[in-house]
Amino acid sequence: MRWTWIDRFVAFEPRKSAVAVKNLSLAEDHFADHFPGVPTMPAPLILEGLAQTGGILVGHANNFEKNVVLAKMSGAKFYRETFPGEQLTYTATLIDLNDTGARVNGTVHSSGALVAEVEIMFAHVSPAQLPPGMPDAKFVFSGELAYLLKLAEAATKT
Amino acid sequence: MTHDEIFAKVRATLVDALNVDDNEVSRTARLKGDLNAESIDFLDIVFRLERQFGFTIPREDLFPESIFQGDPKFVASGKITEEGLGELQTRMPYADLKEFRKDPRLDKLEDLFTVDLIVNYLESRVNAK
Repeated sequence: MRWTWIDRFVAFEPRKSAVAVKNLSLAEDHFADHFPGVPTMPAPLILEGLAQTGGILVGHANNFEKNVVLAKMSGAKFYRETFPGEQLTYTATLIDLNDTGARVNGTVHSSGALVAEVEIMFAHVSPAQLPPGMPDAKFVFSGELAYLLKLAEAATKT
Repeated sequence: MTHDEIFAKVRATLVDALNVDDNEVSRTARLKGDLNAESIDFLDIVFRLERQFGFTIPREDLFPESIFQGDPKFVASGKITEEGLGELQTRMPYADLKEFRKDPRLDKLEDLFTVDLIVNYLESRVNAK
């Protein structure tokens, strides 16, 4: 199942910050219904993209050895709607990291202007704490997200 | 660190984690009943306290889950037995069970999680150093 809400990492400083971009395209399914005639990027999907950007930063900080789970989002502020044709830049900055979890500041920019921000808390959960039936596969990091990161790392080396 | 200093730090932490006002965080305020904390908030609180105080806080120490594990020795007809109360005191030595003992209902267990509980726990950790 494809659930990647970022297109490419443009910057990555291990244990410090990660920047990714997401292009909003009218071809995306969610715009058909949200809303008919007025395609508007749903806020939860913006938050998901930010969570993925931050989640990779946190996972990478521990070599993807721990299960990183999105736990809490606080103080989410949205300053304007965003529309197909825009490119959103998601910046995740690590503010706190320990065995229990991590906190990340997330911002969303479009054409240089701040359009949203939120504070994200991730938790490190042991396999025993995963919901029943969920495999211990570091599941926040579907192969795709880790792959995107590898692409970014390769790009910064050139 | 004095008791008041610890309380001040705890209050600041709860204001951040639970998005409540300073004056809502009284010593007897219940985390769930009065401050509307949810289980994920408990994790957030532990995380911030660890950072504030500089030591690891095993979540089970402060917010034990499944204290009784459905054991009929401890819980009968929705009330906690005498043996259960003993178990509770062992698992949560910083809790004040005086009031709770008067009507030890299982569904009232969450009322034990007060600001004072956190302050008492931290005080014992700080003084143990």
